[in-house]
Amino acid sequence: MIVAERKPFDEIKAMVSNYRKVLTVGCGTCVAVCLAGGEKEVGVLNSELKIARKIDGNPIEVGAATVERQCDMEFLAELDPIIKDYDAVISMACGAGIQFMAERYPETPVLPAVDTTFIGVNRDVGWYEEKCRACGSCVLGMTGGICPVTMCAKGLFNGPCGGTNNGSCEINDDQPCAWYMIYERLAKQNRLENIIQICPANDWRNQTPRTIVQPAYTDRKAAVN
Amino acid sequence: MDEPKSGSNLEKILEAGHFAFTGELGPPRGTNVEAVRKKCAFLKGNVDMVNVTDNQTAVVRMSSIAGAKLLLDEGLEPVMQMTCRDRNRIAMQSDILGAYGLGLNTMLCLSGDHPSFGDHPMAANVHDLDSIQLIQMVRGMMDDGKFQGGADIKRPPKMFIGAAANPFGDPFELRVLRLAKKVAAGADFIQTQCIYNMPKFREYMKMSVDMGLHEKTAILAGVTPLKSAGMAKYMATKVPGMDVPDEIVKRIAGAPKEKQAEEGIKFLCEQVEEMREIEGIAGIHLMAIEWEHKVPEILEQAKLLPRPQV
Repeated sequence: MIVAERKPFDEIKAMVSNYRKVLTVGCGTCVAVCLAGGEKEVGVLNSELKIARKIDGNPIEVGAATVERQCDMEFLAELDPIIKDYDAVISMACGAGIQFMAERYPETPVLPAVDTTFIGVNRDVGWYEEKCRACGSCVLGMTGGICPVTMCAKGLFNGPCGGTNNGSCEINDDQPCAWYMIYERLAKQNRLENIIQICPANDWRNQTPRTIVQPAYTDRKAAVN
Repeated sequence: MDEPKSGSNLEKILEAGHFAFTGELGPPRGTNVEAVRKKCAFLKGNVDMVNVTDNQTAVVRMSSIAGAKLLLDEGLEPVMQMTCRDRNRIAMQSDILGAYGLGLNTMLCLSGDHPSFGDHPMAANVHDLDSIQLIQMVRGMMDDGKFQGGADIKRPPKMFIGAAANPFGDPFELRVLRLAKKVAAGADFIQTQCIYNMPKFREYMKMSVDMGLHEKTAILAGVTPLKSAGMAKYMATKVPGMDVPDEIVKRIAGAPKEKQAEEGIKFLCEQVEEMREIEGIAGIHLMAIEWEHKVPEILEQAKLLPRPQV
């Protein structure tokens, strides 16, 4: 899932300082799972805003809505009837959802309430770890299912560097060395030959905005264009 | 190393069968070129080549290329260091062309220390290529006359290509395999991380020799003098991937404070003596770390002078 963190309150408060009526919109998918921008977090943020603005003598009126996915126009459409009632929208979705919302309502300021952080996993309740940088050319088959782009601090394809420290990364004792883990896993699977070969320079495919159209839908896309 | 290709002094020294000796110089954290020239005076005539570091420990300094050119003008033979941390493959190739254009013919390909160690921990960590891919790229520029993207280079550069190796990082078994990858990628010479654990280094060298790596590349053993007991303890406990055995720390600490530097140099000289006899070692790389002024004295004691002229 996409993991996000809510922005510090003061930063959000400053963004809406010129607005009197604001709609806070949560997203019911990734950011709800990682407890950053779901229905519950919308309620918490709105309460904070109301109290803070009341104390400032500059009261704010806040609305609340949470859609299934802000990265999908079909769900954003639910907001069409109410959007005009507000001076601005605070989106608690990831960066993709925020941008899609801003695209749907180009006349309304859409402001982010979260920092989108990474693609990761749910290690435990409230505990998330980054696993993928979306480089677009996956080498997990070679590296025993451990991503060197994400998990190695230097993103080495032919690691480990000289700084491995009893299985830890040189930057932090709490961070395991990705290449140490890759070695251990491949050794157990008798697949060390994978990393004895030189892994050639990566074909980075995340340097321009990417679009994917599944083959079955190319005609549909052509019709839109 | 089939035939001299680069004009590198290190290549000539090795081709002639001499035991090579390289030094190191860190460029200034400003524009003080006089300081560089002053350091040069201690090294000139005493070393076969001098590595010029590339923003080591991720701290901003004068560029390696510019530093190397200053050395060249002083009559030294510089090795340009290049890390993968700060440039993408376009900038790297551009710098290699520029370096060759300025008369540099020897380079060392490195991953680079992580920015979190330096004075710009927030800097983007480029690593478009890793060090092994960088070696491959330079090899391709020279041997195939092609840029990494596939286009032809008009008048390709010639470089004697070096790489670093750390015999002590874990997992130990993987270290020789990684050295083999660097050799396969096209490294003409290797300079190792500072060595203090001689038995382990012997084991590493035996594994390297068993794989025949010493016949395909020239391995220079890295040494750094321990200047004090404090430094020995720091190297033993704080520097990732460094292996300083307890008895070495105790030996330096056992000397009276004013004699510790002397003891460190004595140990280094013993190491050099021992390294000369280890199969597969083609030379020594001395990283004096801001102790350039001591280099002549160290070399004298280690019986590495005079340097051969080839």
